[in-house]
Amino acid sequence: MPSFKLPFGRARQDYPPNLWTKCPDCGEMLYNKQLDKNQRVCARCGHHFRLRVDARIAQLLDRDSFREQDANLESVDMLGFVDQKPYPERLEAARATTGIRDAAVWGPGTIAGTRVVACVMDFAFMGGSMGTVVGEKVTRAGEHALEERLPLIVVASSGGARMQEGTLSLMQLAKTCAALGRLGEGGVPFISVLTDPTTGGVFASFAALGDVNIAEPKALIGFAGARVAAGTIAEELPEGFQRAEFLYEHGFVDLVVPRARLRETILGLLRYMRPSAHVERAGLNGSSPLGRSPQFLDALIRREPAHG
Amino acid sequence: MVEQRTVDATSVVVASPEELRAAVWQRVQQARNVKRPHTLELVTAIATEVIELHGDRLYRDDPAIVGGFCRIDGRRAVFVGHQKGAETDENIRRNFGMPHPEGYRKAIRLFRLAERLNLPVVTFIDTPGAFPGPASEERGVAEAIARAIMVMTGLRTPIVTVITGEGGSGGALALAVGDVVLALENSIYSVISPEGAASILWRSAEYSQHAAVAMRLTAAEQLALGVIDEVVPEPEGGAHRDPDETARRLRTRIAAQLDSLAGRDRKALLDARYARYRNMGEFALAAETGVAQPERPGIVERIRRLLDSGRAALVGGESGLPRDADGDAADDAARPSEGA
Repeated sequence: MPSFKLPFGRARQDYPPNLWTKCPDCGEMLYNKQLDKNQRVCARCGHHFRLRVDARIAQLLDRDSFREQDANLESVDMLGFVDQKPYPERLEAARATTGIRDAAVWGPGTIAGTRVVACVMDFAFMGGSMGTVVGEKVTRAGEHALEERLPLIVVASSGGARMQEGTLSLMQLAKTCAALGRLGEGGVPFISVLTDPTTGGVFASFAALGDVNIAEPKALIGFAGARVAAGTIAEELPEGFQRAEFLYEHGFVDLVVPRARLRETILGLLRYMRPSAHVERAGLNGSSPLGRSPQFLDALIRREPAHG
Repeated sequence: MVEQRTVDATSVVVASPEELRAAVWQRVQQARNVKRPHTLELVTAIATEVIELHGDRLYRDDPAIVGGFCRIDGRRAVFVGHQKGAETDENIRRNFGMPHPEGYRKAIRLFRLAERLNLPVVTFIDTPGAFPGPASEERGVAEAIARAIMVMTGLRTPIVTVITGEGGSGGALALAVGDVVLALENSIYSVISPEGAASILWRSAEYSQHAAVAMRLTAAEQLALGVIDEVVPEPEGGAHRDPDETARRLRTRIAAQLDSLAGRDRKALLDARYARYRNMGEFALAAETGVAQPERPGIVERIRRLLDSGRAALVGGESGLPRDADGDAADDAARPSEGA
């Protein structure tokens, strides 16, 4: 929040952008090295800058514990989509500027020695949008977590479904939710971390479905873009609409946790959120008569890998 | 191959870009036509008996989503669908078919009920999208949609989905995770409205028609993409010209699908449903050199060819070929030129 400006100092305009970053919240000029050291949180006002995927993994997981999987998956232009630019050009540009092949990275790793499966999104790659590759990685992370019976942690940062892949992007909502449904039925816990921004089809699928949902302070989290909402309805939007604290207040986020405490918070949760034994869990699953059927138990005990 | 965007010589394209935009936009307008029969009208005409049920047991009854019991040629089922209004007053009451979270929670309740009673589910899709206002966000519309999708993916009873009008994004998908997805000929299905896509990607709503073409949102194209399984032809001039005939055609196809799903073992049913959505979309595997190599060569080209055949069909007013309900991508790959 910009409060007031001191009448002296800070007048200089010659901050080299490769060395300094201006805080969009309080206007403070932050020295980049210092900002990185502070996990890209403004030292003055606590504004959380977006984290690139490598920084996020370094922050959450033990050093050198992460083993990225499927790094070679690449999006293809299934629709021949052209807006102001052809989709393949947008992909190429995003690969060149970000150094990653798509907007999500997944793999196993450890947090203070506890084995987990992590999937981290990167907003820098086409707004973190979910096309087939992102959906595939989230799904594979979920399937791997079920197979290995390891807790799943997904860090979302995305504007939503990738328009350039049309309804095939939309279908990724179903694909990821299906994998998470199986994960839950298998008694394997899922922690969803919602960071700035988590909106549209990503929030309306896997990101909303954590057994525990954690958000970073003031992260934009919502279904419809605030401008869409404001445009569709002639209503004044409430203060703090679609911010992490708004979701916390309305019961859709369990915890709003500053970045500096995120790792220890997850670690604390993991002590309670351990994958259950198969049979015990299946016995508890009484929501449907078939939940207790011998076939269902068999399927669980045999640990059939999900379809690939 | 991926870069190629000119039409290949084997496909039949009969439209200039302008004609194509006009033809696609006409479908969009047909799909949105207020005179088009909506869910309750269709269910009443399709079924011999309809008992509507109300409320999500948590907050209120959302008039933008309807559901209940129905009997289709003797087959008992639970139906759920988006509901638009035909008149202005009703449309306001129905919120133009844009559900709030409680609508999706009512749907979840009815899905669970169907599962418990061992009744199949038939869903009807016709919404511009979930309501995007503060009331909707406050009550967790994203969570409600995500939950509905997840419940459908694991529901232990058959689900037949029919896209009857507008299949608008996540708000549509939340009721559309069927074992089989049918679509009326003039229906559309898209990840975002053409207006929304235009304002984001072209930075102007004036490009809505361009966006509509680019997203390949017509039923014929969605069939080619494998997102839907079968297109049900509409009567001459569109569904609103003869709602009874539209309902008759839907009844035949829904009944056939219900019968073919009814005998399935539950585990096989769930595995097939999981696989249906698991296999949506294509990706490539990059080689070490960083140059993209298609993982399964020919698939993208195959989709293109099918899409281009869809284009021709679209302009000619002919709907796409019905897809085998059990057909999957691997199956189709074995006969790449069929239907082209």
